[in-house]
This record gives sequence, structure tokens and C-alpha cells, in this order.
Amino acid sequence: MGAYIARRLLLTIPVLVGILVITFLLTRLSGDPTDLMLPPNATDEAREAFRIVHGLDQPLWTQFVRFAGNAVVGDFGASLRFGQPAMTLVLERLPATAELAAATMALALLLGIPAGVVAAVWRGTSTDVSIRLVTLLGQAVPSFFLGVVAIIVFAVWLRWLPTGGRGSLGQLVLPAATLAFNLVALIARVTRSCMLDVLKQDYVRTARAKGVSETKVVWLHALRNAFIPVLTVIGLQVGLLLGGVVVTETIFSWPGVGRLAIQAIYARDFPVVQAVVFVFAVIFVAVNLIVDLLYAVLDPRISYR
Amino acid sequence: MILGPKMNSASPATPVLLSDEDVLQVEDLKAHLHVGNAVVRAVDGVSFTISRGETLCIVGESGCGKSMTALAIMGLLPKPAGRIVGGRVMLQGVGDLAQRTPRQMREIRGQSVSMVFQEPMTSLNPVFRIGWQIEEAIRVHERIPQAQARERVIAMLDLVGIPSPHERYKAYPHQLSGGMRQRVMIAIALACRPKLMLADEPTTALDVTIQAQILRLMNRLKAETGASLLLITHDLGVVARMAKRVCVMYAGVIVEEADVGAIFATPLHPYTQGLLDSIPSARAGGERRRLHTVPGLVPNLAKLPQGCRFADRCPHVYGRCREEEPPLSQPTVGPLAGSAQKVRCWLHLDHRQ
Repeated sequence: MGAYIARRLLLTIPVLVGILVITFLLTRLSGDPTDLMLPPNATDEAREAFRIVHGLDQPLWTQFVRFAGNAVVGDFGASLRFGQPAMTLVLERLPATAELAAATMALALLLGIPAGVVAAVWRGTSTDVSIRLVTLLGQAVPSFFLGVVAIIVFAVWLRWLPTGGRGSLGQLVLPAATLAFNLVALIARVTRSCMLDVLKQDYVRTARAKGVSETKVVWLHALRNAFIPVLTVIGLQVGLLLGGVVVTETIFSWPGVGRLAIQAIYARDFPVVQAVVFVFAVIFVAVNLIVDLLYAVLDPRISYR
Repeated sequence: MILGPKMNSASPATPVLLSDEDVLQVEDLKAHLHVGNAVVRAVDGVSFTISRGETLCIVGESGCGKSMTALAIMGLLPKPAGRIVGGRVMLQGVGDLAQRTPRQMREIRGQSVSMVFQEPMTSLNPVFRIGWQIEEAIRVHERIPQAQARERVIAMLDLVGIPSPHERYKAYPHQLSGGMRQRVMIAIALACRPKLMLADEPTTALDVTIQAQILRLMNRLKAETGASLLLITHDLGVVARMAKRVCVMYAGVIVEEADVGAIFATPLHPYTQGLLDSIPSARAGGERRRLHTVPGLVPNLAKLPQGCRFADRCPHVYGRCREEEPPLSQPTVGPLAGSAQKVRCWLHLDHRQ
């Protein structure tokens, strides 16, 4: 297991190098960084000075090596807008995003899995049909639309919850619910289909033949098996969740990394954009590694050597 | 007609007193599957009795209703399609299983009657340790301390012939071979010392050498625990080895019931005869011939023909067979008239033929 983790960590190195290449090229592909970062009326002397300070007069690969060398130790340069190191800005906002993501994931699991299990057990009944309708809706409605509707209904009309910001539990509810909606729908659908498959398995019949109660048959014997493929889907959706964070944080003025990313893009604050992309990529890679390790915990047939 | 007190079907059926020696008495059991608009009469009036310590075999081809009979006894018919629609399943000391609520059946299952299935490879839950799975069978029915349950599980593993039971207690199913897994299934089935064990083709999925081991094990455990065994198989070799009495099932009904010796020596029903003729013979110097098969297919259990269910495939079919279904009873005509063997065939029952 230890050796496996070490090997997987080594394998993330090429992935991270690839991410660095892409983030590096982001600033070069969209034209001369000097044009992007300096005001249009800058003097030629100022431009030349900027090039030399940022090493833009060097060949591309030298620039990349310098960029990558700094990036590895978390130095993406100073934010053009705030003057602070870009990475510091991102890390400052990370707890807020982590809070939102954790609340979202908890909500999605707590609602999605029971909904999927109930739909599978009561297959073909009106309960199943209603759950499936709601999940269909949940997968079809984009979060930016849902977020706006949620604000209008719960914050403006009903005045139950604040429109945005962070600090109180009430302020967490709407963004987390908005972000979770798609995920709940997805988890419920996958759980339902996995449970339908598992409930047909011989070992479920064996459990019943032992006299195990139906509750235990469904929630222990069957769900324990059905959860393994559900976990795969959750791991794959983390990317989607990170994308959703950007939109949802902006709608609800949630002071997280996603909102920082949007602000940085609008302000052409490239060091910050690069830092955000890099951090999100690292999170994505890390989550997938954790999911792979969880398989071994959940499924004894999988062992990593 | 005089209007007397209404016979209420919900009132408990008059308890039939099983004789002390009878563990299970199935009477006219009917279990149907509702598939779409069709009603599949999977078990269509089956009766048999198993006495203490006895092994009764039910043989028949796939789809004849033998597995459904076992599942109906267990209260494990596929839901929501399957339902017991008639008859009684009297279990010694328990009463009529067909009248029990699902909750009551849960208490009976695993404790008084248990079941071993055909597929050892898929019948154990892959994510739980086998020790836990056997222990659960005990703890569902008995409140005993963990340590004691564990001891009993290890004793069961030992009893079913699993080497180094202390280590195997912690094994997962995928770490065991098919034969070992079937031993674990048998340990689960016998963990609460049931009166009756049902085994649905317990050796079909196993290698031939392992089959013999498992059959020997079941015979030994039956003797040691005093449990009765209902063994479902399509393998007449298994029948010869395991049972004293055998029921031949065809299209949801028993067509012949006899001692094992009689079934092999004097099969009465044309279907039984066909089955026996289909066994390849390895006699040296015997004539080489094409292996016999019973022509035709099992009738659709949703659209059974009038009369005898075997009529369309029977080489001896005559007029009455297509008009009236014969009862299962002792032969009244022919050389075996009056023997204890029971058959559902006009050839042996009809005086007017």
C-alpha cells in the first residue's frame, strides 16, 4: 500500500508538469504578456523594462524553466491587482471554498444516496417516479440559473436566507444547495441503478435466507456493494464541482477561490489565474488519488501493491 | 345451500398434526409468478413429505419449478412477481409457512429452515469477511456474546471441513475456491441447527471432484445434526448417491414419486424413462448409439395445455392424455399395479385404455 501510494505520487509529477505547461502557455497564447499586463499607453522604455524584469527577453524554454521552478515552490509572482503574492491570495481564499465544497458534498451524499436507495427499493412506484423526475430536473438545470432563482425565491421573496456573503450558517445554505443540486441528482441516479443491479445479486438472497431484516439487507448488504461504483462517479465529478464553485461563488459573493478566479480573469491578473488553475489541478489529482485508495478500503477484492 | 358461518380464509388453518417423524409436509403448494398480464404457474400443486433425517430429492430439468418450490418454502419467491396462491407448507413445530407474515418468515428463515444455493461464487457477499457472514446468521436469531458467537463460527468452519478455521475466519470470499465457498454456505445454513435444509443444485457449479466432496460433507453433516434435507438437482447421479426417495418434477407438478431403487429399476412415467435414457452409458462393448434426448420443449407455464403436461412430448400419448390431467397416485393397471410408487400418468391409472 505504501509503495503504491509512492508510485502514484511519482506519477502525478508528469501530470503536474503538463498543468504547468498549460498554465504557462495561457499567458503566451493570448498574445505578448507585456501587452496584456501593461496599460496600452505604456512607453517603450517601460515595456522594455517590464520584459527584462519578467525575463520575457529570454528564449521561451528558459522562461518556462524559471516559471516552473518558481511554481513548484508556490511562487506564481505577485498579483498585478493586489500586489500580494498570487499563491498567498489563493491560499487565503481556499478555506472558504473548502467549506463550501465540503457542505456541498455532504449535502449531496446525504440526499443523493438515500434518494437513490429508496427509488431502487420502491422501483416502479410513484415514489420512484417522483425521485427520477426530480433528479432529471436536477441534472438538466444549470447551476447559474438555479442560483439566481434560489436568490429570488428564498432571499428576495421569502426573505428566509441572505443573498450572499460568508460567515453565518444561513449564508452557506443557498450556495451549497445550489451547487449540490446537480450532484444530488447524479448521485441519486447512479445509486439507484447500482442498487437495482446489486439487489438482484445472489448474496442479497443469501442474506435474506439467513433471516436478516430487509432494512439491513438493503442498507448494509446491498448499499455497501453499490457504493463502490457510486464512489467512482463522485471522484469523476470533483472536476465539475470545482467548475461549479467558480460560478456559484460569484453568484452568491462567496469569498472563495472561484470568485477570486473570475475577478482575476476580468482584471487580467494572470499570476492569480495561473495560481488558481494550478491549485485546482492539484486538488483534482489529489482527490482522484484518494478515491482510488478508498476503493481498496471499500472493496477487499482490490489490493494495491 | 345453507348459509353457515363463513369460512374465512384469513383465519388460521386447522393445524395439521404432523407425525413426530415428519419434518416438512407440503400440501398442494401453488406458487405463481405474475409477469405482465401472464400468470406463470411455476409450482402448480406440489405435495410431498420429508421425515426426520431424511433426504428427499427433487429432480427435473431447468424451469420445471423445482427451485421455485424451494423458494416458496423459504418465503423467498421473487418479488413482486411471485406469490404463494394455495396450499400448505407445514413445518414441524412451526406450523404453516404459507400463512406467515414476512416478519415471521424472517425469524423462521435461517433458524428452522435454511437454504444453500447453486452458485457458491456469487452467493457470498464480496465485501464482508466470511466469519462475519456466518456470525451474522447466528446473531440474527440468537442473542449471544460476540466471543461466544465467534467460537461457534470457528467450530462451524471446522465442522464443514475448512482447514485452519481461525485464519479463514478473517478471509474474504474471493480468497476461497468455489468448493470452499460452498462449504461456507453450508456453514451459514447449518449455523442455527435448522430442522430442514434446502439445497438447490448445490454442486452443479463445482468441479466433479469437488462435487463428490460436498455431497459427502452434506451426508455427514445431516447425520451429525439430524437435519432433514431437500435436495434439488437435475443430476440423477446425485440422486442415486444422496437420497432414499425422489420426486420427479415436470412443468410445475410432480409426475413421479418413488424410492430411488424403484426410479432406476422401474421408472413408470414416460418423462422419467426419458430422463434415465438420457444418461450416457459407458458400458464396455455396449452398442454405440446416439444419446437419447426427450424430444420437444417444456410447455409454456403461462399457457399450459389441457390434459397431461407431458402429452406433447410423450411417445405413448393417447386420447385421454389430451383431455384430462392425470392425478398423482399409485398405479392401478399394468405389472406394477399396487406398488408404493406414485405416478401421474394415465398409462398406469386408466382402466379404459
